[in-house]
Amino acid sequence: MNTMSPTSMSSDQPNTGIYLDNNATTMVSPEVVEAMLPYFSEQFGNASSMHQFGDRVGRAIKTARQQVQALLGAELDSEIVFTSCGTESDSTAILSAIKAQPERREIITTVVEHPAVLSLCEHLEKDGYSVHRLEVDGQGRLDLAHYQSLLSEQVAIVSVMWANNETGTLFPVEQMAEMAQEAGVMFHTDAVQAVGKLPIDLKTTAIDMLSLSGHKLHAPKGIGVLYLRRGTRFRPLLRGGHQERGRRAGTENSASIVALGKACELAQAHLETERTQVAALRDRLEQGILDVVPNSFVTGDPSNRLPNTSNIAFEFIEGEAILLLLNKLGIAASSGSACTSGSLEPSHVMRAMGIPFTAAHGTTRFSLSRYTTAEEIERVIEAVPPVVAQLRKLSPYWDQDRPATEGQGHQASFQPAYA
Amino acid sequence: MWDYSDTVKEHFFNPRNAGAVADSNAIGEVGSLSCGDALRLTLKVDPASETILDAGFQTFGCGSAIASSSALTEIIKGMTLDQALKVSNQDIADYLDGLPPEKMHCSVMGREALQSAVANYRGEVWSDDHAEGAMICKCFAVDEVLIEETIRANSLSSVEEVSNYTKAGGGCSACHEGIETILARVLTEQGRSFQPSAPPAKAPERQRVAIGMPLMPKRDQTSAPAEQPSASATVVAAVATAPPAISASVAPPPGSAALAAASPAATSPAAATANKAESGAKARPQLSNLARIRRIEQTIESIRPNLQRDHGDIELIDVDGKNVFVKMVGACSGCQLAAVTLEGIQERICEDLGELVRVLPEQAMAFAQRA
Repeated sequence: MNTMSPTSMSSDQPNTGIYLDNNATTMVSPEVVEAMLPYFSEQFGNASSMHQFGDRVGRAIKTARQQVQALLGAELDSEIVFTSCGTESDSTAILSAIKAQPERREIITTVVEHPAVLSLCEHLEKDGYSVHRLEVDGQGRLDLAHYQSLLSEQVAIVSVMWANNETGTLFPVEQMAEMAQEAGVMFHTDAVQAVGKLPIDLKTTAIDMLSLSGHKLHAPKGIGVLYLRRGTRFRPLLRGGHQERGRRAGTENSASIVALGKACELAQAHLETERTQVAALRDRLEQGILDVVPNSFVTGDPSNRLPNTSNIAFEFIEGEAILLLLNKLGIAASSGSACTSGSLEPSHVMRAMGIPFTAAHGTTRFSLSRYTTAEEIERVIEAVPPVVAQLRKLSPYWDQDRPATEGQGHQASFQPAYA
Repeated sequence: MWDYSDTVKEHFFNPRNAGAVADSNAIGEVGSLSCGDALRLTLKVDPASETILDAGFQTFGCGSAIASSSALTEIIKGMTLDQALKVSNQDIADYLDGLPPEKMHCSVMGREALQSAVANYRGEVWSDDHAEGAMICKCFAVDEVLIEETIRANSLSSVEEVSNYTKAGGGCSACHEGIETILARVLTEQGRSFQPSAPPAKAPERQRVAIGMPLMPKRDQTSAPAEQPSASATVVAAVATAPPAISASVAPPPGSAALAAASPAATSPAAATANKAESGAKARPQLSNLARIRRIEQTIESIRPNLQRDHGDIELIDVDGKNVFVKMVGACSGCQLAAVTLEGIQERICEDLGELVRVLPEQAMAFAQRA
């Protein structure tokens, strides 16, 4: 048992850290590494070649395709198109829909999508497309009546994320896909955060296209999938070769494809672990922190979210400072603060939910995986309150044990010149 | 992760003078919640000598905001108010052994809090009309409002010109698309159209790549930055590590304007340099070794004041055939844009010398001599 106190840990030491940033990326499972390694060395063939070297790789890719198919509950393995990443899958889906239906000039999405979708839509706006961005309420939920009113023959595609990367909040994509289908509109979902954490059975849904990313489910970076329902009109992003049935040209990334197949098989075997063990650890972490730290709250919709994600807003302090102090204790998390992103702007997800700036900047995301242990969670529960207290001691918005705005006899509140 | 210096980390993990000074007689409060930074500075000032006896800070902000606040209080303790007001953002950044360019606004906040506190002590009201648009250039923290106003005031029509006037786009160039969008919008409003490859409307010497970095023009030569409210001009000057334009303040060598005009097809600075230098070489007689080195020295001397203004400097180390070895010191050493600076200096020396030379950092000496 590790009896070392968290303060004695240094981030420079390898493998001693507690990794709670699994929505950013995940550790590649040892079994996955093992499965892919031969495809860097002896199994180097090109799957398209007419000889045994190519044939063996071709068969391995076929197996991987079936493993992905099984996790997604797709009807056919030919509905799985391997890409380089989630972003490529998103771009392929949206650009295909508008190219295949040039007469349709509208796109429906949400304000809280990943930049992979939002930036592309912004770009398409410049080309004359109308983009409807569905807004969310304080808990990150959509107004489906409004969504219904936007569906029309003008809409080329609806693209809505399955689970939000920052809060873990789930959108009712299955229901939304059916509504789109009734209106004769194509439906795409960015399920990068959902795949491997939730049971998915695409053959029973009306979802036409779905994006997933390997490195979010313990496969390596550089591999993704676009699920393309059979019969969905499609225009490829990359043209050139016949690979992926002409839907994504370029020699197959065979080692990573094999890895993703293995990762999907493992994810399927552990779906129950996510729902029970991971969710229980997440709840323990969240409660342990909220019980002790005043002026903190969970963002998003706690009753309807990914089992591994907890996003906690610590009021009156700033996220980057929290992360730097946690990092010093060997704990890795993420923040919606302006300063961590390099963009200098606070998270668009927090702003969309109307989280006040004093809290939005202090939002901290803890995202677990099936590799997270109970002991690690206890250590984080111990480490977080002093970090928050230390920063609040420095904050002009905080006074002893309460927000400065509630102080008595003081100049009521901190009022900077250009807040 | 940000690349913070050890001093920044030290001041973040162990901030000095945190908390309010108990019997303070000057308080400055500045900040912008939307950017996630706010700072209260409390000072205890000796009324007789106006010396700052004690200083304390309370900061809502990121690691570098806290470190900058800590540094500021350390710097100003013991200074008179007038001395303290002379502390620049660069002084704060220098004290911390540098800040990532994107984080320079954190030190701006410290300085503004100080101005606010001094105003408070003197019974004045300090106000900041911080008109901020969306951040376009993240390398130099230039926002949309400034870019748009500068385009209008100076009838700019190319990204390169915008970089020369505002520095925006002079770093990583990721924002060139954004600058083009602003240009297209403003030009359309003016009934003109944006042509990405159009030659600039200005005289050729304006187009010259300025020494060092994409530079801001002198305040008195262009109305835009001068018309900015003083505080936001401070922001720009502070964030920008290189102020006035040499391109405009140094008279071009005789013939260079004509040469540039004669080769409008030369689009890249390098190509322009080569063209100019080759034409120059034909026109000028060969220099003796001594005269040649003296001329190189003169050119470098004329550049130094501009670098010193940004707390940088340059020394001539050696001249070996076509290779001119220099040493970048102060803020120039380790600057992201040192390579751009060298390129600009190389262009100047090529022009003044009338031959093609390579300006290299001294670290390249061993390698170049072997080669």
